[in-house]
Amino acid sequence: MHPAFSVIFLTTLIGAGQGLYLAMVTGQLYAIPNFVEAQVDRFYAFGSLVALLFLIAGLVASFFHLGRPERAWRAAAKWRTSWLSREVIILPIVMALVFAYGFAHWMEWTGTIFEVGALRVDVTLILGIIGTLASLALFVCTAMIYADVKFLQEWHTPLTVFNFIFFGAASGFMLAAAYSAYIGNPLVTFYGTWAVILTLVALGSRLAHLRRNARIKRKSTVQTAIGIRHNTLVQRTQGATGGSFNTREFFHGRSQRFVANVRYLFLLLVFPLPVLLIGASYVTESPNLPILAFLVQFLGLMAERWSFFAEAQHPQNIYYQSVA
Amino acid sequence: MTQLALVIDLNVCVGCHACVTSCKEWNTSGWAGPLVDQNPYGASPTGTFFNRVQTFEVGTYPNTETVHFPKSCLHCEEPPCVPVCPTGASYKRPDNGVVLVDYDKCIGCKYCSWACPYGAREVDEEQKVMKKCTLCIDRITDAKLPERDRKPSCVLACPTSARLFGDVHDADSEVSVAIRERGGYQLMPEWGTKPANHYLPRQKTRMHIDPDELTRVDNPLRKEDLTTYTGEETLDDVAW
Ligand code: SF4
Ligand code: SF4
Repeated sequence: MHPAFSVIFLTTLIGAGQGLYLAMVTGQLYAIPNFVEAQVDRFYAFGSLVALLFLIAGLVASFFHLGRPERAWRAAAKWRTSWLSREVIILPIVMALVFAYGFAHWMEWTGTIFEVGALRVDVTLILGIIGTLASLALFVCTAMIYADVKFLQEWHTPLTVFNFIFFGAASGFMLAAAYSAYIGNPLVTFYGTWAVILTLVALGSRLAHLRRNARIKRKSTVQTAIGIRHNTLVQRTQGATGGSFNTREFFHGRSQRFVANVRYLFLLLVFPLPVLLIGASYVTESPNLPILAFLVQFLGLMAERWSFFAEAQHPQNIYYQSVA
Repeated sequence: MTQLALVIDLNVCVGCHACVTSCKEWNTSGWAGPLVDQNPYGASPTGTFFNRVQTFEVGTYPNTETVHFPKSCLHCEEPPCVPVCPTGASYKRPDNGVVLVDYDKCIGCKYCSWACPYGAREVDEEQKVMKKCTLCIDRITDAKLPERDRKPSCVLACPTSARLFGDVHDADSEVSVAIRERGGYQLMPEWGTKPANHYLPRQKTRMHIDPDELTRVDNPLRKEDLTTYTGEETLDDVAW
């Protein structure tokens, strides 16, 4: 498949935004039993603002993918059957909840509404829990857009969904660590540790995905594509000399070598480098290293998404093998 | 239920591209506006087509066979491209089974093209919406046209009658009979898309000649002939 930059930006940006939001809520939850220090409300409010900015940036990027962005509202119509439609609905909901969560913290609406045992429930906690669920649902919708297309065998696996969740969460917690480091908040250790754990889980999931894809057995062959039984069957012309939508949308147009290099690049940028940088930041207590770790990983995730697209081989490509 | 479809006879298709050009002509002049052509006179012309004729070579030289293969939307009975469309712009007409795109609703997200294993959908880079074969829906449903013209443009243009058009759910239609009696098959059956369009396979035309068709064993003159022959010309050797 041809990796479209709009989609690369969309998925990586909203992933980091959702992850950062999850990190904020996690921080708040951990503070209830005093596992970590409770923060002033502004900490969560600003964190949510950053998360919201990432989500907005992702949304803006997504419009570049559409031929007719002015009609985008129509995409909410078929939520019963289309994961794309579901994503279009849930993304604004998540954005609204992230905003509401941040706003509630900003307004310090922390008065107890009711108590469950020793747990004092306030507005921010309720919004945080609902927002977390919506955010996870958004991860699933985004990933299912890819995982649900059975023709793209590389994507048609639950591992695609795991990857999206863990990559998003890892980069979000990385961003939370960077944010804490930037404002000199001690939570940087807490977020950094979680970021490393999530990164390692994502590594496992992605490696399993790569391993699976290396052994894929193609369902379609040129024989089934045109229905002729002969082992030697080659295309001589595809009916157009200057290419077509089919050659532009479904081929990445790069050498195998290039694709392999991008794969090594993301394996390096997403996993070992950020982990090492976070480790180094513990030792040196540098406020800059977590920020660098996030940036490096985010860059790596863009390469990962490029690779994810380039890896996928569409069966329609069988019909587009030769020009003349 | 009616399911309109094409049946394409690979045995007689000569790869002349008449269907491609007539399709383009009809569908670029219709109610939906032009079908884009980009750089048409340049080195690398490209554009949106509903129908393409491709060519494949079967076997190794000198034992090869050239197969011309027209390819367009197969109007699948289980079209995977329809449920993925977020806007409902892609739909299958319930009355005749034709899969269509509503160009006024399509947002050009291209998701449906990912969900078609045949590469039958092509974006119009000018109108920025998804396009595909409509089976000339504006023509086959036009009651003002005489019956014989209510067929897709490609079918009428084909000089070898390699393209049949009709209802594959009607067991007695020309297309159903052709599929049944001449081994009509579907493309990529492994995906369960149940394409409505079918293809008729290549057939070798073989002639069998018995030896007695060459020698006149029934020559009535020979029966009563008492002559002993020693290799000279007889009545059997006369060219008739
Ligand atoms: S051939 Fe492709 S575009 Fe046409 S109905 Fe089937 S899946 Fe959809
Ligand atoms: S490109 Fe148009 S027809 Fe295709 S899925 Fe998107 S909105 Fe639907």
